[in-house]
Amino acid sequence: MTIAGHIAGYFTYWATIFVAMAGLYIVIARGNLIKKLVGLGIFQTSVYLLYVAPGKLIGGTAPIVAPEFQVYSNPLPHVLILTAIVVGVATLALGLALVVRIREAYGSIEEDEILDQDEPPVSPDTASRQA
Amino acid sequence: MISQHFPILQVVLPLIAAPVIILLRNGRAAWLLATTVSWVSLIIALALLEQVSAGGVISYAIGSWPPPWGIEYRIDQVNAFLLVLVSLIAAVVSVYSRASVDAELPREQHYLFYAMFALCLAGLLGIAATGDAFNLFVFLEISSLSSYVLIALGRDRRALMAAYQYLVMGTIGATFYIIGVGLLYLMTGTLNMADMAHRLSGVAEVKPVLAALAFITVGICLKLALFPLHLWLPNAYAYAPSAVTAFLAATATKVSVYVLLRFYFSVFGASAIFLALPMGQILLVLSLAAMFIASTVAIFQSDIKRMFAYSSVAQIGYITLGISFDSATGLTAGIVHLFNHALTKGALFMLLGCFALRLGRVSFSDIGGIARVMPVTAFGIVLGGLSLIGVPGTVGFVSKWYLVLAALESGQWWIALAIVLSSLLAVVYVWRFVEVAYFHQPDAKLAKLKEARLEMLVPAWLMIAACIYFGLDAELTVSGAAQAAATLLQGVR
Repeated sequence: MTIAGHIAGYFTYWATIFVAMAGLYIVIARGNLIKKLVGLGIFQTSVYLLYVAPGKLIGGTAPIVAPEFQVYSNPLPHVLILTAIVVGVATLALGLALVVRIREAYGSIEEDEILDQDEPPVSPDTASRQA
Repeated sequence: MISQHFPILQVVLPLIAAPVIILLRNGRAAWLLATTVSWVSLIIALALLEQVSAGGVISYAIGSWPPPWGIEYRIDQVNAFLLVLVSLIAAVVSVYSRASVDAELPREQHYLFYAMFALCLAGLLGIAATGDAFNLFVFLEISSLSSYVLIALGRDRRALMAAYQYLVMGTIGATFYIIGVGLLYLMTGTLNMADMAHRLSGVAEVKPVLAALAFITVGICLKLALFPLHLWLPNAYAYAPSAVTAFLAATATKVSVYVLLRFYFSVFGASAIFLALPMGQILLVLSLAAMFIASTVAIFQSDIKRMFAYSSVAQIGYITLGISFDSATGLTAGIVHLFNHALTKGALFMLLGCFALRLGRVSFSDIGGIARVMPVTAFGIVLGGLSLIGVPGTVGFVSKWYLVLAALESGQWWIALAIVLSSLLAVVYVWRFVEVAYFHQPDAKLAKLKEARLEMLVPAWLMIAACIYFGLDAELTVSGAAQAAATLLQGVR
């Protein structure tokens, strides 16, 4: 098989891998906490594609038994991914809530600036919070 | 009969308790409900263990949909053992948490804390009980999301950043796991683990299966904090509220170890993993690295909670070392250490919480001479520390004895030597605590402190007593672990 044919034949898998790596790259390379969460969301989205795409058969219908249809698509992956989407939304919501709290506590959402603020053993702000 | 429905009640009771607690909006009532649910869970878990040892594997079809179409809860020796461990720790920590949470959290957050605690317990028990790979993912996320919240409740603002980092790494881990499950589902067309194991033997194309194995291994190892993937752990444990650290350190990573065991032995089969692939060697190297590097890093920590957090990474290394031998003795050692380490670390973090109650934070610079003002707490930590080292008469010795036996059995005497040498590193960091706590003069501020409250000391000391008891009479734990190991080694059920 030629490379072009290979890519066309496994298009959804290549798309999945591209989306997953793009998301993971953003998580690793970006220092902005919001952008990291966006990357995480993109990474999770790749899984939706991985599950849903193979469930679809070209020409297949919903799995309702009827004499005129022989080919059915598998509905289970969609149901699974519905659950995974809910999990993804919950993760993103919690992540954003944490970022809001982090910004209140540090006044920044850049990872390096935040880590710099905690460099000295006890910053005055931390001490006052503990008191 | 209600006992028929124990497998689902085990998970559903804490799951329902969480929203009820939110509706109650009262810290005291919330504590009472969370504690009751934890103790009921413990009773159910013990009943399940009894049922499993008497009558073999329990298969529970949710909603009466027969497996493999419906979700199956499958309780055997391995997860019955784990259910007891998780609910036992939850029951003890819930009693302890009242005083600790009162001191560490603002009043209006109390009921939310207990809601998250119940949710986290439901997730952990669900992971252990379920026989469905996707259902496991959902429970993994339930327990993870609630533990991110619990960690973020810490007083120090660094807790927020620790929770955020754990959220990012934990989500990557869970996503890796779900990619692996997706590949397995593509190859076998089933999500039921027992059915999956059965069908995997008929799969001709091995590459996607190997990819699935790799994804699941990396994903779960992130969750269980195997050495190079442990970066989220020290901060999360150090800055979380004391009760949370005690609960998570004793349960969350242990449950992840169980998931790894379940996939390696019950789904892929031990022969596929350890004979055809160098997984044993990989695990061995990473475990040894964890034992030495994490213990060494622990020695140089100034925060005591952080020190014991690094020690947790090292102790997880011992558990995975046991697994890497791929023998009955090795697996028994791994599982027995899983139990023993949960007891020890749970007790240690609870006692550190007693210091935190009086001091606010626990770094070495603050606790000079504390053994004179809080002798009961300090002595408990010393006993727990002895168990970490593996002194005879403590549970740590039992684990290390079986690990050394497994190493000698496999003919690799140098690993036995490595186990003993790495224990010496534990001597160093435990001695550091002893020296500061016992041989320094308490300063004026410290001298005014009182011993911690009884309702915190009693649960913590119960765990320490269990550490000693199971160290002297290891019959119960070792036979339980040996049966679990035998069940796992039977492989594909």
